[in-house]
Amino acid sequence: MKSSVIVFPGSNCDRDIAVALEKLQFKNSMVWHKETELPKSDLIVVPGGFSYGDYLRSGAIAAKSNILSEVINAGKKGSLILGICNGFQILIECKLLKGALLRNSGLKFISRNIFVKVQSTTNSFFNKYSKNEVLKLNIAHNEGNYFTDKKHLEELENNQLIPIKYCDEKGNINLKNNPNGSINNIAGIFNKDKNILGMMPHPERMVDKILSGEDGLPLFMSLMN
Amino acid sequence: MSITKGQIESHGLKLDEYNKIKDLLGRDTNLLELGIFSAMWNEHCSYKSSKIHLKKLPTKNNIVIQGPGENAGVIDIGDDDAIVFKIESHNHPSFIEPYQGAATGVGGILRDVFTMGARPIALMNSIHFGSPNHKKTQHLLSGVVSGIGGYGNSVGIPTVGGETKFNSTYNENILVNAMAIGHVNKNKIFYSKAKGINKPVVYVGSKTGRDGIHGATMASAEFDENSDQKKPTVQVGDPFTEKLLLEACLELMKDNSIISIQDMGAAGLTSSSIEMASKGKLGIELNLDKIPCRENNMSPYEMMLSESQERMLIILDDKKEKEAKKIFDKWDLDFVVIGKTTDTNRLILNFQNKKVADIPISALADEAPLYERKWLKPKITKNKIESKDFKKIKTKEALLKILSSPDHSNKDWITDQYDQVVMCDTVQKSGGDSAVIRIHNKNKAIAVSVDSSANYCKADPKSGGKQIVCENWRNLISVGAKPLAITNCLNFGSPEKPKIMGEFVECVNGIKEACEFLNFPVVSGNVSFYNETNSKSIFPTPVIGGVGVIDNLNKILSMKTKKVGNLILIIGKTFGHLFQSAFLRENFAINDGPPPEINLTNEKNNGLAVLKLIKEKLILSAHDVSSGGILVALAEMSMTSKLGLKIFEPKRVPSSNEYFFAEDQGRYLLEIDKNNLKKIEAILKKNNIFFDIVAEVQNDIFEIEKSFSIKVNDLYNNNNQWYHKFNAIN
Repeated sequence: MKSSVIVFPGSNCDRDIAVALEKLQFKNSMVWHKETELPKSDLIVVPGGFSYGDYLRSGAIAAKSNILSEVINAGKKGSLILGICNGFQILIECKLLKGALLRNSGLKFISRNIFVKVQSTTNSFFNKYSKNEVLKLNIAHNEGNYFTDKKHLEELENNQLIPIKYCDEKGNINLKNNPNGSINNIAGIFNKDKNILGMMPHPERMVDKILSGEDGLPLFMSLMN
Repeated sequence: MSITKGQIESHGLKLDEYNKIKDLLGRDTNLLELGIFSAMWNEHCSYKSSKIHLKKLPTKNNIVIQGPGENAGVIDIGDDDAIVFKIESHNHPSFIEPYQGAATGVGGILRDVFTMGARPIALMNSIHFGSPNHKKTQHLLSGVVSGIGGYGNSVGIPTVGGETKFNSTYNENILVNAMAIGHVNKNKIFYSKAKGINKPVVYVGSKTGRDGIHGATMASAEFDENSDQKKPTVQVGDPFTEKLLLEACLELMKDNSIISIQDMGAAGLTSSSIEMASKGKLGIELNLDKIPCRENNMSPYEMMLSESQERMLIILDDKKEKEAKKIFDKWDLDFVVIGKTTDTNRLILNFQNKKVADIPISALADEAPLYERKWLKPKITKNKIESKDFKKIKTKEALLKILSSPDHSNKDWITDQYDQVVMCDTVQKSGGDSAVIRIHNKNKAIAVSVDSSANYCKADPKSGGKQIVCENWRNLISVGAKPLAITNCLNFGSPEKPKIMGEFVECVNGIKEACEFLNFPVVSGNVSFYNETNSKSIFPTPVIGGVGVIDNLNKILSMKTKKVGNLILIIGKTFGHLFQSAFLRENFAINDGPPPEINLTNEKNNGLAVLKLIKEKLILSAHDVSSGGILVALAEMSMTSKLGLKIFEPKRVPSSNEYFFAEDQGRYLLEIDKNNLKKIEAILKKNNIFFDIVAEVQNDIFEIEKSFSIKVNDLYNNNNQWYHKFNAIN
């Protein structure tokens, strides 16, 4: 499996995701934002960080960079694309995913381990998990409060386009366990064809037992399938 | 135009200091030169009041690669790995503008570390605020915390821990000390010493603006009610540019084109160019028309004294200019040759085809006044307080009072605002005795702890100075690390007052004694004087940042208890010393009396014995006993694991409160398997280490035999409530 990680000025989870991918034997290339061509890859990752300092609006400037037009083309052709944290924000800004990521409801940056519940496994990203499995992942963001209109929300809910929702340790999904105010506790969404995933939690931070766990590993294993 | 008395004073120089400058130059200065002298001769840059005393500190041993005097200290942790670290204060700016003050404090210390070729791997901090009830505290706390997070999160360096404390002594002078830790191959370290004549002097990074002019001078004066007017002297941070600068510098450092490199920190272009030239015993000539400016019509004075952030000065191999420029172009950063090294030993500045300054480098760097300030030996209170009252308060009530106090309450609400795990090497986050960070791709880690004990230092500066070094040493050992070296940030009032100077001298003496005894050298640091407002000084607050190494990841320990039925041992004697304790402060508002005594021999023996037990894999969890005594430490272990403890009745000390809350030093709590007790006893007895069994791990309930019991969950809730109340009121 070949993967490409897009590197913007200000990306800072690019090395972390590369380590995770290489751990799972992906042949990974780092692709600088000024490039105009993508290497042939089975998976494109838009990593976390503060691309362009998150100035103007998180992800807004990155969405206009050279390489992004290639990412958009690849996405439209059905390539697998994973946007994590700032990567999710960028995928929204470049309209590969619908909706908006607003400022956290608590108006503060939040970084901590949280729990999410797997809602659907019939896709390329979560097929190694079981339905309703509770995962411990890490979040670190200021703008992760997902919002969308009623019609799109229904579309997401009805078509299994919300693979993970924030929950507590036992899997209860409610407002109390929603760290950022995200509508319906949404932690990540797919596009219609489920080849593009945007998620706020960082799976690459959970691939090592000695750190805080390995709940992120099956996501990358799913992609190998 | 000659310099007036008013100009001299407004530059923070004394009249006799200016006369010395005139003697050195053989003439009056112009205004630009006066500004340059004031920037180099202020307390912040020249250490003129502290130097004589700092020289006493031990700074060398077989693992020290670079001690004080460079951008940061460097130690050897084996296998060609070296750790670069330093702590620095940003107290004055953070009080005036908390977000930017704290953010640029983090930015500055990060540059100190990557200037030396190291990739930063962790950030720590020690922040002190006034009373929670003081009207400014909420605003300052929230600004500082978001500034620290805003900068570190964006650059992508994990903020892995630190300490937050409250005391009315900081009402008008908060402390913001930031520490950065980096990793470098020990054969690829970069220094600031210039070498060679006619080498290009290159300016890289952000453009120069009018922010932070005279910041270092501001940080060398006390505050009054008009301090708010100093806002323009606070710099504005741009973590995005810092990240680019970090990556560009590390990319350039892969080959050997850099001769020397220095970050433009306090006193900006002035101090960086002078320091590089001075260390290389060279001259430097700059063409100020070339300086990349953010604003129009900036004068040489403004350019030389601006403290705009995210800038570096590099002396480059003249054959490598093109390749170097390519790297900075890639990262969209300015890269401009602004001058050259010379053999004149002078700083020469040209602007619009005119020479605007001409000063011998040595006058600026070596001739700064050195003061052996008068100091008074601090009076140590020996008074005894009637101890019968201490028995009256119920142990449970006292414990809950301490756990829910601002200093001891859970600080997740702060650390949740810091990305603690970016870079994916954070093994242990804040909340433990030390943070633990894995060396990338290796089976080893470093431990880092930041500590201060202002109450102890106020009561007895020398003993307090020793105590912090010891506590730091213990904190490193408690996670399984071998302590290696420290950096210190010495926060005090005005050195011009003999009483304050006495506190400083004695604290340094205490630090020296402990560091020497423990073979724990000081490799970098910073002094922050003039932390006073309207002549009211802060408590003497030295802050120690220590680094240790763990040579195998499977030796890492935490305070989290592991299994029901295991025993908790205490190492080290409990005498019942309650003066200066959290118990007296929180329950009786008593701040009198001497701090606990420090016995360096016991401290060292106990620590080394614990390390030996860890090496033998006999310890399952460990926690150092510090503020709050045994009972608070036990409660912290319980709250971390959510397992309970059955605590045995004390035998030796007069009252149970004295036993449980005493802050005697040199003590550790260790969780062990019952089956290993004999083996452990034998080792401890052989090494003459005092120990006792204090508790047994059990489910859910935290209790003392025949005294009280409470659910661990209730302990936890008590420990977590303070911030919510604080926020609700403010």
